[in-house]
Amino acid sequence: MKGKKINSNTLLLIITIALFVVMYAIGCVIYSSKGFTHLQTFLNILINNAGLLCVACGTTCIMLTGGIDISVGALIAMDCMFLAVGMEQWGMSAPVLIALVLLIGIVFGLVQGFCVGYLEIQPFIVTMAGMFFARGMTAVISTDQVSISQNAFFVGLANAKIQIPFGAYTNSKGVLQIPFVRITVVVALIVLILIFLMLRYTKFGRSLYAVGGNEQSATMMGLDVKMTKLKAYVLGSFLCSIGGICYCLNTMSGSVRQALGLEMDAISSAVIGGTLLTGGVGNVVGTFFGVLINGTISTLVKTNGKLLSSWSSIAVAALLCFFIVLQSVFAKIKDAKK
Amino acid sequence: MDNNVVLTMRGISMTFPGVKALDNVDFTLRKGEIHALMGENGAGKSTLIKCLTGINAFEAGEIRVDGIDGPVVNHSTLDAQKKGISTVYQEVNLCPNLSVAENLFIGREPKTKLGTIDWKTMVKKSQKIMQDLDMNIDVTQNLEEYSLALQQMIAIARAVDMDCKVLILDEPTSSLDDNEVAKLFTLMNQLKDKGVGIVFVTHFLEQVYAVCDRITVLRDGQLVGEYPIAELPRVKLVAAMMGKDFDDLASIKSEESPVFSDADLLIDAEGMSHKGTIKPFSLQIHKGEVVGFTGLLGSGRSELARVIYGADKNQTGTLKVKGKEAKISAPIDAMKLGMGLLPDDRKAEGIIGDLSVRENIILALQAKRGMFKLLSMKEQNELADKYIEMLQVKTASRETLIKQLSGGNQQKVILGRWLATDPDFLILDEPTRGIDIGTKTEIQKLVLKLAKEGKGVIFISSEIEEMLRTCTKMVVLRDGMKVGEITESLSQETVMKAIAGGESDEQ
Amino acid sequence: MNSSLKKITGMRLFLPIFCMLLVMAANIIYDAASGNFALNFFTISMRNGVLYGRLIDILNRGSEVAILAIGMTLVVSASAGTDISVGSVMSLAACFCCMMLAGYGVSSTSDLAVPLLVGVLGGVLMGCLCGAFNGFLVAYLNVQPMVATLILYSAARAIGLLLCNNLIVYVRNDSYKFFGGYMGFLPTPIVIAAICVVIMTLLLKKTALGLYVQSVGINKKASRIAGLNSEKIIFICYVVCGLAAGIAGIVASSRIYSADSNNIGLNYEMDAILAVALGGNSLGGGKFNLAGSIIGAYTIQAITTTLYALGVSTDVAPVYKAIIVIIIVTIQAPPFKAFMKRRAARKALAKGGAVA
Repeated sequence: MKGKKINSNTLLLIITIALFVVMYAIGCVIYSSKGFTHLQTFLNILINNAGLLCVACGTTCIMLTGGIDISVGALIAMDCMFLAVGMEQWGMSAPVLIALVLLIGIVFGLVQGFCVGYLEIQPFIVTMAGMFFARGMTAVISTDQVSISQNAFFVGLANAKIQIPFGAYTNSKGVLQIPFVRITVVVALIVLILIFLMLRYTKFGRSLYAVGGNEQSATMMGLDVKMTKLKAYVLGSFLCSIGGICYCLNTMSGSVRQALGLEMDAISSAVIGGTLLTGGVGNVVGTFFGVLINGTISTLVKTNGKLLSSWSSIAVAALLCFFIVLQSVFAKIKDAKK
Repeated sequence: MDNNVVLTMRGISMTFPGVKALDNVDFTLRKGEIHALMGENGAGKSTLIKCLTGINAFEAGEIRVDGIDGPVVNHSTLDAQKKGISTVYQEVNLCPNLSVAENLFIGREPKTKLGTIDWKTMVKKSQKIMQDLDMNIDVTQNLEEYSLALQQMIAIARAVDMDCKVLILDEPTSSLDDNEVAKLFTLMNQLKDKGVGIVFVTHFLEQVYAVCDRITVLRDGQLVGEYPIAELPRVKLVAAMMGKDFDDLASIKSEESPVFSDADLLIDAEGMSHKGTIKPFSLQIHKGEVVGFTGLLGSGRSELARVIYGADKNQTGTLKVKGKEAKISAPIDAMKLGMGLLPDDRKAEGIIGDLSVRENIILALQAKRGMFKLLSMKEQNELADKYIEMLQVKTASRETLIKQLSGGNQQKVILGRWLATDPDFLILDEPTRGIDIGTKTEIQKLVLKLAKEGKGVIFISSEIEEMLRTCTKMVVLRDGMKVGEITESLSQETVMKAIAGGESDEQ
Repeated sequence: MNSSLKKITGMRLFLPIFCMLLVMAANIIYDAASGNFALNFFTISMRNGVLYGRLIDILNRGSEVAILAIGMTLVVSASAGTDISVGSVMSLAACFCCMMLAGYGVSSTSDLAVPLLVGVLGGVLMGCLCGAFNGFLVAYLNVQPMVATLILYSAARAIGLLLCNNLIVYVRNDSYKFFGGYMGFLPTPIVIAAICVVIMTLLLKKTALGLYVQSVGINKKASRIAGLNSEKIIFICYVVCGLAAGIAGIVASSRIYSADSNNIGLNYEMDAILAVALGGNSLGGGKFNLAGSIIGAYTIQAITTTLYALGVSTDVAPVYKAIIVIIIVTIQAPPFKAFMKRRAARKALAKGGAVA
């Protein structure tokens, strides 16, 4: 009797992990000839989605408070464009630019957080305005597609390979392939671990849950709800900027149309990972698997080669829809019990 | 300050726009006593408490708390908490998605050397707190896994553990059943022995006499008096609260009990139920009959009525309305059969706050007519004026937003909404809650008038006297089950006995 | 004097009309400053047998937003949330319509594969279908409106691309160009928008729709007890919003006689929401004012047109609109109102003290 009951929230997480395993296994079976079974395929999913993982961690924190942030895609575009133009046209040094990008993230989050926390405006409206603002500012910086090729530091960062000591194989040409990850993956995983620890072991982390659980109660219990929300949005935008740098290291370019719809991927990752849209429930571990599922879907579509790329966004939307419905059904069951 | 006194409030006054909410009120709480704060709705109980806990700012007067030099003015509940004044409300103010341990410690979590939350210590301490209060529960489970009563106790445990000197319990028993109330009382007595001063706000008279040592009565924002419990028998307490003797509220019902024939059968329910709230029941209501539903809160008296009306879905059995079998899947179906329901939660289920009095009155009739048969503005105005006049609604105009009206007038508007649909059968769930005495009597008279016109009425109220005055039949409920009907020798005693149940009689 | 000012600012249509006047003033100043005729903005002339002028242009270009604003107003009122999928749904409806008219996989055609009416109705129905999907999630599954519509916000364009086989489908047929072209001397979109507005106004005047929607938006539970089918009413609002998006999509597509999935309806959700907010409607739901939304819609278009006239590019314009949105919702925000009230009270107190 002492064993913990599995509640619906844990169940959602289990469904997610199972889904990922099944999906990946199917990929391995169907596309084994295309190298899906190699460790590098999995690592590539991580490499391609390192930025998304950072962003999704931030989105999760915001969603825990019962809010949402749809400005992330546009903010990333702005970050990338700023980095690209800064390096290529203004000739600024990469570390300075990176620091500035992080600062922009914090300021952006401050404004959004103030509107949500202190002015009590619906988060969706605030971040939608933020989205259009950031996308527009990207165009203000430049409307061209700018590639990064000259900054040695940045190019070096992007090309750095961190080799993994196992899982090596020889390919058909007889060349030994040593699996590797990029520096972005390391950054993303550090972010993931830090946020996990923060959510579990710090007062701020638990406040996020409390605010999402019941705002009024949180106030009564002495938490500063407004401040907590403000901080959540600052954290979200800050992590988004880290994600933006990772994203830029991947694409090595800036353009107005970049990271279009990334907010959708971030939100769906969080939701698929068991974060409740109503707030108060969720964990970055689930979000991690959500990101992996997202990555697996697009990798599967890409590996197929014949399918249009729109299929992957349709599949992600369908999954999001499925999990939203699932959450709603669970909530109804819970209500009925009462 | 007297050694034994933990809290004094002297000469507290405050005004809301146009109303003197508190007028020179005194209140004294001693260590280790349970002090009931009584008064009708609008007497100023909650305002007084809000002044104490910093939600409202008072204009004149002084609050002193034991151990603090000089007068105390709180600016928020937090402020009050820091000074040892904790409040536990009817709705549990905890976070359902966090564990019990966290709910006990949030905002003051034990920390490790690194400044992170020390879960081990927190769980250990929580277990001890709960065990001290004789509650052996798994503190790592989420709060939402536990019953409302337990959640309430956890809220109290939190308050107590925060070293409170003054514990305010604001209607804590409204959603608890008898067993749970008993547990709560045990807990309150334990705390009392520890020297905590408890302010107990409730509308259940029995409970006051079960645990309290002292009673302070307020009326119309003024202090009526402070009495040791032994000096204030029930009847006197009621008189003090109402400001008049029982005789004033003489029976308005004619004495002979009418006889109903099957031809007059309006509602014939057979084995209806709703999973989780209402066990299968059968019930007959005739034209011209006023049936009272009685039972403790949570006994299912509201829920049973809601099942008939289709507000909660009926899952078994059949319902015949005027002899014909009726299928009701939503309130609109019931309305088309001539029913109406005045819900008990006026704010959540009654008024449409941002709409005008006129729109609120015509809403149900319009819903009944359907979307494409809009009432003309002339008809709407006539209807609105008719019911404003008939029910004497105090409103600036028919275009005033209903949320700007006082509670009693809002209730009248909602009543008007139902009368406008010309129902054959009306369910009134707590129609007099939060309404002044004068209006109460008016509504009771109206109920009798409706019955005389041949309408059937279900009348639900937590005040037995009120039902005795209006009802011809009482249906008694306990734990979601209909346990009996009383038609003859309706009296406070018989009804109370029926509510309490046979077994508890022997005690 | 003070009280009459208050009366004017308190009027329901104050905000949209005030903004409209502001935009006009900006135009007059701009024209005067740049050496043109100061009232250029208001000049309407006939060229090549059709009406011409900046006002006409605004009315014409603003048609889509006005049509969307009708649906959006209902959705905001009934569900206290916004439908952010309208732009994408416009694109999907356009793609479906063009795909039907041209036939699957055809990238450009001047002959219609199916009768015009079938294609257009198909597109509009596709809009309704999307609205029904959103409505189902919101009304029956209790999903937050913006999250529910987020699904189609991203999926609808992708589905549109699939329908068009990843092509931009051109329908170079004069009958199709009609919807974005001219009807006599008037641009057709103006007429279509006017018809939509008139129909909606009639619905609100002659039926209880308005009462139902507002009452559900203010208090869903109480409305149910009073006999309204809250779920159905919210559902209907979303279907109407989808329908509006469908019509707007056809108009937008007809203007460029093609279905460009990535660009049709881009950023229109923002304009539509902005129109509703600008119209003095609370985004928190409840009471609504259709006239306000419509004026709001044309004000938005006037702002857009003015921005373009000032040389702001399409990509940059959202920056200004985002700022306007934030300003409007801030003005509407209860904490801000309370703050202003406190300030006014303090000022009054200071004044009173000085007199004493």
